[in-house]
Amino acid sequence: MTSAHGVTVRVEACAKTFADGTRALEPVTLDIARGETVVLLGPSGCGKTTMLRIIAGLEQPDAGGRVLFGEADVTRVPIERRNVGMVFQSYALFPNMTVADNIGYGLKIRHVGAAERKARVAELVALTGIEGLEQRRVDQLSGGQRQRVALARAVAVRPSALLLDEPLTALDAALRERLRGELDRLLRTLGITTVYVTHDQAEAMALGDRIVVMRRGAIAQTGTPREIYFAPTSRFVAEFIGAANIVEAECVAGALALPGGRLPLANGAAAGPVVAMIRPESIAVAAPDGASLTGSVDAVSFIGDRQRLTVSGAAPKPILVDAPNSIEVKPGDRVGLAVDPAAVRLLPGGPT
Amino acid sequence: MSPMRDRLIFIAQLAFTLLVAAFLIVPAALSITAGVTVNYFRGVQSGLTLEWVVQVWELYADTILRSFAIALSTLGATLALGVPGAYSLYVRGGRLARTIEEIITLPLAIPGLAIALALLLAYGGFSDFRRSWLFILAGHVIFTLPFMVRSVIAVFAAIDVKTLDEGAASLGASPWRRFRDVIVPNARPGILAGSLMVVTLSLGEFNVTWMLSTPLTKTLPVGLADSYASMRLEVASAYTLVFFVMIIPLLVAMQVFAGWGATARPAR
Repeated sequence: MTSAHGVTVRVEACAKTFADGTRALEPVTLDIARGETVVLLGPSGCGKTTMLRIIAGLEQPDAGGRVLFGEADVTRVPIERRNVGMVFQSYALFPNMTVADNIGYGLKIRHVGAAERKARVAELVALTGIEGLEQRRVDQLSGGQRQRVALARAVAVRPSALLLDEPLTALDAALRERLRGELDRLLRTLGITTVYVTHDQAEAMALGDRIVVMRRGAIAQTGTPREIYFAPTSRFVAEFIGAANIVEAECVAGALALPGGRLPLANGAAAGPVVAMIRPESIAVAAPDGASLTGSVDAVSFIGDRQRLTVSGAAPKPILVDAPNSIEVKPGDRVGLAVDPAAVRLLPGGPT
Repeated sequence: MSPMRDRLIFIAQLAFTLLVAAFLIVPAALSITAGVTVNYFRGVQSGLTLEWVVQVWELYADTILRSFAIALSTLGATLALGVPGAYSLYVRGGRLARTIEEIITLPLAIPGLAIALALLLAYGGFSDFRRSWLFILAGHVIFTLPFMVRSVIAVFAAIDVKTLDEGAASLGASPWRRFRDVIVPNARPGILAGSLMVVTLSLGEFNVTWMLSTPLTKTLPVGLADSYASMRLEVASAYTLVFFVMIIPLLVAMQVFAGWGATARPAR
């Protein structure tokens, strides 16, 4: 990994209300370190794209909001003078130019000489693996090739920050997965400050140094992929990232009192009603005799590397359990369930 | 497909072709023939002659040249006003942009005579302006501008020009560079279609021009009306012939040009 490039980005109390009165973003503050990749993740309409466009300079925050690149306040600076690189969901490649001219356009604007421009374009063509396509027109490229050209064009100018708006969404699933890997390698190589918008949690986990989960125009949680996955601070984040069993129950003597038995909690759990989250893969299947928590298997779906069981009777609602693909289990079986107390995450209560 | 339906389609197509022939091609052909006939009332048997054409050229050459000068100037003005105008209206969007677009489009709904009258009331007092062909040019620009703006905006919508504009802006291009490097080249089909319409409308425009012209600033259609009112029918017809000879090659040339644009950059 090379040293960090680009600038720190600070979004300070930025809110956005559109002309028709729609509130797209509540006042949010976010600091992004130099060279860091931050993923803005959330369902559609959560404000993630608006936040990216505010950072880019394509939208102005409401009064009181500020955007800082390093020490410089760029709130009033239009996008063309922010020195950002941007990849759009539709790529926005120029149909009137060849691949090479597209990649070199930002350099041409910056009055980089023809020879140097050519060298830089060749460098990026090699980096993104699109050799041989330089003289093609944009409409002669496949979706994956267009995506690479868009990325090469955005980083050609050595931007202060790289901004990507759902760059893989327009591609089919297999290609998306492959390009995700390539993109990750490229972002690590470049080491540039990156803001990446997506609604795909797998993409967010794979690419982000940090994930910012957004909901209804506000930040729900910020953290590393591990923190977001293992220690969600709200029911929304727990359910949005990965599969989660949400169990509402009474805590009695350090354990959850459930219809199917007891589920011990880590030390220090206070008595009273709690909301707990348990990931399916942290529940182990055991023999029913002697187990402190039992239930009956409702459904088994064989996934390949594992099988996912739906177990009822253990908790108020059926819970999902990921079992190894080697055990024999069928609907109707009684099973015991064992959970490491450390894997039970208590969430702030209240229905959401 | 059933033979019955095939037959119906054939009959409909035949009827359409016959209608076009009856109301478009036959009158045009008759008019052209009249222009080279010695005596129209005695028919073609009276013999063919180019006398009328020569006469038209001697009497009206200036109106023909003026018409082309005005048409090309109108094209220049609508390109200079309409294309950047369409760009800013489309990219900016919002209520103000829509209102402006509606106002620009208004001349389509107002009779040409009314536009001309309004121009005369407002600017007829500036006698040098009123007496020059520039007065007619102003009328033509008002009348043709909506066609240019509309056809350019239609292409903008089709190619998602807003995102292209943002893409170019993100790479550091100023609004002018974006317009020159990205917007205009990609809007070429719409600009060509608009140009074609503007030139043909300007060449054939009568209502506005008739009101705004002076005896010294007559255009081709005004001259045609003039010759029809005061000359032999053969002379007026010869005038039509001259008009055809001038405008058809122009139309063909522009269509071919537009066709090149379309094949070089096929619409998605």
